Amino acid sequence: MSMNSTGRPTSANQQNKVNAAALLPDEPLLFEVGRLDSSGVDLPEVQIDNSFLGGFERQEKLQLHGLSEPETMRHYVRLSRLNISIDASIYPLGSCTMKHNPRLNEQMARLNGFANIHPLQPINTVQGALEMIEQLADWLMKLTNTPAISMSPKAGAHGELCGMMAIKAAHDANGQSERNIVLVPESAHGTNPATAAFLGYQVRSIKANENGTVDVSAVIEAMDENVAAIMLTNPNTCGLFEPDIIKIADAIHDAGAYFYCDGANFNAIMGIVCPGDLGIDAMHINLHKTFSTPHGGGGPGAGPVVLSEALAPFAPVPFIKKGGDNITLVEHVEDSQSLGRLTAFHGQTGMFIRSLSFILSHGIDGIEQVAKDAVLNANYVKVKLEGEFSLPFGNQHTMHEVLFDDSFLAGTGVTTLDFAKAMIDEGFHPMTMYFPLVVQGAMLIEPTESESKYSLDNFCQKMLELAKDAKVGNVERFTNAPMRAPRNRIDETLAARKPILKWVKEE
Amino acid sequence: MKYTSEHEYVKIEGDIGTIGISEHAQNQLGDIVFVELPEVGKSFSKGDEIAVIESVKAASELYAPISGIITQINEQLDIDPALVNSSPEDKGWIFKIKLSNASELDELMDEEAYASHIG
Amino acid sequence: MRYLPHSDNERQQMLNSIGIDCVDELFASIPKSAIKQGQFDLPNHKGEFLVAQHLGDLAKKNLSANDVPFFIGAGAYHHHVPASVDHLIQRSEWLTAYTPYQPEISQGTLQALFEFQTQVATLMGMDIANASMYDGSTATAEAALMAKRITRRKKIILSGGLHPQYRDVVHTYLDNGKDLITLDSTPDGQGDISSQIDEQTAAIIVQTPDYFGSLRDVKQLADAAHEKGALLIVVITEIISLGLLEAPGNLGADIVVAEGQSLGNSLNFGGPYLGLLATRAKFTRQLPGRLCGQTIDSAGRRSYTLTLSTREQHIRREKATSNICTNAGLCALAFSIHLTLLGGTGLTKLAKLNHKMARELANELQKNPNIKLLNNSFFNEMVVRLPKAAEQIVNNLANKNILAGMPLSRLEPDNRQVENLLILAATELTSSKDIKTLCQALREELL
Repeated sequence: MSMNSTGRPTSANQQNKVNAAALLPDEPLLFEVGRLDSSGVDLPEVQIDNSFLGGFERQEKLQLHGLSEPETMRHYVRLSRLNISIDASIYPLGSCTMKHNPRLNEQMARLNGFANIHPLQPINTVQGALEMIEQLADWLMKLTNTPAISMSPKAGAHGELCGMMAIKAAHDANGQSERNIVLVPESAHGTNPATAAFLGYQVRSIKANENGTVDVSAVIEAMDENVAAIMLTNPNTCGLFEPDIIKIADAIHDAGAYFYCDGANFNAIMGIVCPGDLGIDAMHINLHKTFSTPHGGGGPGAGPVVLSEALAPFAPVPFIKKGGDNITLVEHVEDSQSLGRLTAFHGQTGMFIRSLSFILSHGIDGIEQVAKDAVLNANYVKVKLEGEFSLPFGNQHTMHEVLFDDSFLAGTGVTTLDFAKAMIDEGFHPMTMYFPLVVQGAMLIEPTESESKYSLDNFCQKMLELAKDAKVGNVERFTNAPMRAPRNRIDETLAARKPILKWVKEE
Repeated sequence: MKYTSEHEYVKIEGDIGTIGISEHAQNQLGDIVFVELPEVGKSFSKGDEIAVIESVKAASELYAPISGIITQINEQLDIDPALVNSSPEDKGWIFKIKLSNASELDELMDEEAYASHIG
Repeated sequence: MRYLPHSDNERQQMLNSIGIDCVDELFASIPKSAIKQGQFDLPNHKGEFLVAQHLGDLAKKNLSANDVPFFIGAGAYHHHVPASVDHLIQRSEWLTAYTPYQPEISQGTLQALFEFQTQVATLMGMDIANASMYDGSTATAEAALMAKRITRRKKIILSGGLHPQYRDVVHTYLDNGKDLITLDSTPDGQGDISSQIDEQTAAIIVQTPDYFGSLRDVKQLADAAHEKGALLIVVITEIISLGLLEAPGNLGADIVVAEGQSLGNSLNFGGPYLGLLATRAKFTRQLPGRLCGQTIDSAGRRSYTLTLSTREQHIRREKATSNICTNAGLCALAFSIHLTLLGGTGLTKLAKLNHKMARELANELQKNPNIKLLNNSFFNEMVVRLPKAAEQIVNNLANKNILAGMPLSRLEPDNRQVENLLILAATELTSSKDIKTLCQALREELL
């Protein structure tokens, strides 16, 4: 042991390598630190008579724990420190587009005239809000070159539901209700088949070719008179632009079916390609991906859907109508062919403000640059890593994300999961793993346009070190990882076998 | 003991078949966390989806290897689904079926054939 | 461009590393005919203050609930959100984290969700709750689907007191109202639900306080449903009411869904909000949406993780319980922090204050002989009959900077019976002065 002059040990003990553990203490549950009679809000104690409560009052006191304001601050600040975030680290989750969330957006959404207006106020008292939605809608339609949009879907999957319902409504209106099959490539997001099945469609899977894309011949082969639609992600989940997409759209339309495009990866092509020019009939846009609204630990999202001329009449209510000086809101189906209503009120207005703030800040020149930088960054990561990592579809340029498989780990005893957990020890959020399903042990890296060259160089250097370490047999670095995170590897099996879904007071 | 190419086994005692998944299958699925059991008294045809076996990251359907009526289910799996991992061909059996067409058994693999099937 | 880190020099260095001259080469796999030709009719980038001015001008065109006497409810409520709530949810670690798929570095979000689930289940008197959904209306539709899965029956009965937009969402989700019985919407009653329940009924859906503000007898409805083997789904749009009213779970509800906006979340012109969904433990595997569960890590420490994800779309794909992918994470966090600040005692006080102000509003309104209160019971919301069309009166009062409630004709323009009906809500933010201003203005309108 080395001692300094005052007798204190100065050398770090190998076992105490847990970083900054003193600043990351465990936080007890609210129910352990709180009290049933504690409160952090001052409210008057008022007496009420119960003559209008119909005899339905609570029989027993509400058993909810409370905290004073300082304790509340401490509880949630301490908890927050156990999270990784984009502000603190590169978050290269493929297909999730974890880009910077500008704080101007947050400020704009909190303006009194936006945050404190009620969805059912008289229309002439919310003209500014409707104008704001109209401006965002206009940008989204122009960027996609489509004639119609539904703003109400609450998230990407909700947008998919909206688009596919519009397709179903169109077939019903055209006397084509017997069409019961939806074509979905194997590489699709899980929401695609789930949405199709939700609407009663059978899912017919389409295989990708050896380049990781879908051939028009595969679509034609799968086509028959019962096919209602194809659901295709473009750029696809392997990070590749579908080269046959226009031919696929033609083939689909020739057969009387519709083309649903999953717009999760719009970040790669906005300002460069208009999906409407490719022949799509419906596409949702994840505002929380492409247009920077914060993910917030899992929502809220927002998933407006652009629609072709053919599907526009079937859009859900509500939608905005511009006439003269006033903007009106069509809230009722009445005699129209609208598919109905997908949510109460008018959609994720708070997210619209943030997105419009992002869009106006970038302008069309900035939006095009976003796509170019996102693609540049992904390709830069690809060339930096391809020497040690393995590309499943040969050496081709990629779009905004780069896909590796696990063949570079063959024989090392390290799995994709282990590798991801070791990345945590280097201070990174791991990439998307085991998705898309078409690739063995997939690793899907999407750096986004927000990462600087410095950040990418640092990331790639650490990734190369890890790959080399795996190959030379330093297996424990991976199988024991993470060792420097607030938790070691978490037992998900136990969680699923014996579900504990809420706190229960110990007897 | 007879096997299907989908890794279910059937153990025959009289006209009752005990059905579960093979050692190989449990190994492939990883930690099993839940088994969705069929209802006793329900009849199934060969090939029908009859139960679901879930691991943390996957859900796999179990298809009826033979036709018949469910006579018994392994309720122990509700409490301890890990039995399918630890003892798939004994304590981790899933359900018992009263055979309605014994000739279907001829279409199944014997142990040797199954062993070569999984290679 | 302030959000893009690369200098042109760096871009060139990166292109050199890739071995190309121009970034356009990276887009070479895109067919030529797919590339946008010509210019977009859209403006170029703007500095921060210009964007702030533009959006600020739009915001100023709206009449804020904070600035005028305000009485609108009908599924979204104007409550105070403590300053600390909004501060906390804007911390980077909450705001800019993704769904906690990597539990080792997401324990903050996960523990907060576990606490949220516990709070929601406790509030509703149920065994379990999920980690939140889009909003109350979609949660209601998901609950109807869940009831069909559990009972393997088809028919769903909607009470006439269900919020009309919730009713429409359920109608859209259930294949255009297939096997859906929708009872008439009247403030006087919810329709004869009991006579509609039969052996094919999966569930009845009842809102309390209902759309008209009236309180419903949950116990009686639960008994009627259970007698035929059907489930009772209770819908709550004003979650503050549970500070005062009995938890539906204690009265026999099988599934409880709610809009959680009233706690922690501003009005936001209708979204983002958060849906709550709670149920009995035996229905756990039929729950839609995300769930967080307790477990341990490899060092044996108590930990949390998303669990039972085999129900969800990314595993089951076409066999999932729902196509839902996101929850309303940050809104759920705001809800949970606000509820933590209140505690049980604070929520009860808040509920009492809401009820007191609503009683005061009802009393003052009834002093006008031209206004008739239609409720026998209410929490903080009520329907009154006016001598003429409510919409015109609301618009006139809006011109005087009073947001006087919602004319029922807004949501049901075809229903002539509701033309003269106005629904009003009061909350802790409603002052006696606001009530007097409203009543005076109404007197002038109804002369």
